[in-house]
Amino acid sequence: MSTWSRNNRLPALATLALILTAASIALIFFYAPVDEDGLNQKIFYFHVPIAFTAYACFGWGGWKALRHLWKRDEGADLESYVAIHLGVIFGVLTLVTGSIWARYRWGHWWVWSEDQLVLFLVLFRFYCAYFMLRYSLPAGPQRANLSAVYALFGVALIPVSVLAIRLSQRFIHPIAFDKGGPNMAGSQFLTFCVAVLAMLTVAATLYNLELAGKRLDVRLRELREALQ
Amino acid sequence: MNYLADVGALARKDLLLELRARDTLPAMLLFVVSTLVVFHFVLPTGSSDLAATGLLWVALLFTALLGLSRSFAAEREQGVIDGLVLAPSDRSAIWLGKALSILAFLVLAEVLALPAYGLFFRPVDAALVAGVALADVGIAAVGTLLAAMATAGRARELLLPLLFLPLAIPIVVGGVGASVAEDPGRYLGLLGLYDALFAIICWASFEYVVTE
Amino acid sequence: MIRARALEKRYGDKRILRGVELDVDTDGFVLVTGPNGCGKTTLLRLLAGLAAPTRGELDVAVDRGRIGYLAHEPLVYRELTALENLDLYGRLYRVPERRERTGMLLERFGLWDARHAQAGSFSRGMLQRLALCRTLLHEPSLLLLDEPYSGLDDEGARLLDRELRERAQVAAFVVATHEPQRLEPVATARLALA
Repeated sequence: MSTWSRNNRLPALATLALILTAASIALIFFYAPVDEDGLNQKIFYFHVPIAFTAYACFGWGGWKALRHLWKRDEGADLESYVAIHLGVIFGVLTLVTGSIWARYRWGHWWVWSEDQLVLFLVLFRFYCAYFMLRYSLPAGPQRANLSAVYALFGVALIPVSVLAIRLSQRFIHPIAFDKGGPNMAGSQFLTFCVAVLAMLTVAATLYNLELAGKRLDVRLRELREALQ
Repeated sequence: MNYLADVGALARKDLLLELRARDTLPAMLLFVVSTLVVFHFVLPTGSSDLAATGLLWVALLFTALLGLSRSFAAEREQGVIDGLVLAPSDRSAIWLGKALSILAFLVLAEVLALPAYGLFFRPVDAALVAGVALADVGIAAVGTLLAAMATAGRARELLLPLLFLPLAIPIVVGGVGASVAEDPGRYLGLLGLYDALFAIICWASFEYVVTE
Repeated sequence: MIRARALEKRYGDKRILRGVELDVDTDGFVLVTGPNGCGKTTLLRLLAGLAAPTRGELDVAVDRGRIGYLAHEPLVYRELTALENLDLYGRLYRVPERRERTGMLLERFGLWDARHAQAGSFSRGMLQRLALCRTLLHEPSLLLLDEPYSGLDDEGARLLDRELRERAQVAAFVVATHEPQRLEPVATARLALA
């Protein structure tokens, strides 16, 4: 990739993220119809895109992990790590916004009946363990390999956990609850899509930012090594 | 064919080691029975069947962790893992051999635990046994690979439970569900899916866990 | 058989090997010397395939099953007997006539009488001899030996001398050692690591 495009990609991405975020906030608060839940429902426009973005980060991290193991891509380990790092941050945000949503919707700060939240908790736990694994190993090919394998386990865990949690609800909460999946009107859908795009671009910006910073660290270290 | 011979040789080695050392299996047996006794005091009267079954699975899970944390002890303490990795055999055979021996230990622990559970709490039915059997496969497969990972780093005794517990959640759901739901089929299906999916992933990725 | 150029190995921020060049023929005998901590063991691990170089070229034109590696640790199970240990490795390396070869090696290294004793009861010298049996069991064409004489008594050292002399022509050797003078007669090249 040419230096020009590399140097300019980050600011371009950041600008795009800013524009989209502003647009989505505008849409959320001024355009999308307010339904009976009121302002609380607006949380939904944050919570779900954030959750979506977190999944995207974990997925991307898993993809980079696969590239590392399979094709031995240079730097794939770092990219995988940064993606998962970001995914965990978005995961925390998901849990927080989800909790706020639950508070307004059901009056509790946490509800086990909401599959999405439970799934996130499990995944969050899983990826925190990813960091514990990384911290317990010295930097090197072994750490990269083990992290990659564990990241792939995480990706495989997602569908299985979805299934497991759904099944577990049957014997933990046999009372049928209102799933409340959004049936969205056109304007809501548009707002939702813009919000998703905004979150993804914000994530992409942060990803590239963190990656650039980490790569710089690596380069500095290499230069120091070479000068020794 | 060579592959199976390798796996057999390695599994035999692990069983032989345990026979000589006699530390892991007795600890597991003692642990599981003690835990069940503790649970008797933990459950207030009128607790549901679900609570008791749930506790059984907690006991099994932690007994498994106990066994798993010792599983690579010999290789780690004496550096023998290098010797095994250098051999021309497929590295996944190391995983499979070790997983089979862990499976054997788990089954032996359950041969003691399930009757004890039946005695202390509630009778054991076929669905529970099937659930335990399927869960054992998953625990052995995933646990062995994670034990190898944990061995590589510092704080290995702490790391293994941290790595393992999130992955154990589908197993627990499947196992408990199979024991208490009217329709155990779905849960056994979940366990089967988990076993198949993760066994394949472990088998394919163990190579990367032990090499650079 | 082995070709290494500009080999470098780093663990995190620590650089252990830098700019190592090495050529070994099929009947070469290379002595690797240097002070403690200079990377002799790391180099052998790279050649054995237990570690991957951080940078540089490394080409080892030998199958894994034809490499014999003697490490600092004996790489045997303490709770298994000498015979059981060698039997395991014999199976994993697909050694033909496993029993005969195992017996012969135990004899050659003076361990026949102790074959049914657990390795955990062996002295340091006996463990080293057992490790040597393990290393030579499958008739490797490339031998990577890390301080092979350490722990051996005079008798053990004599037995090892004999083995090395007999095999020097038929296999390639890379030996890390603190006593290069002992192996000068058979060495074809030297590599000194700073």
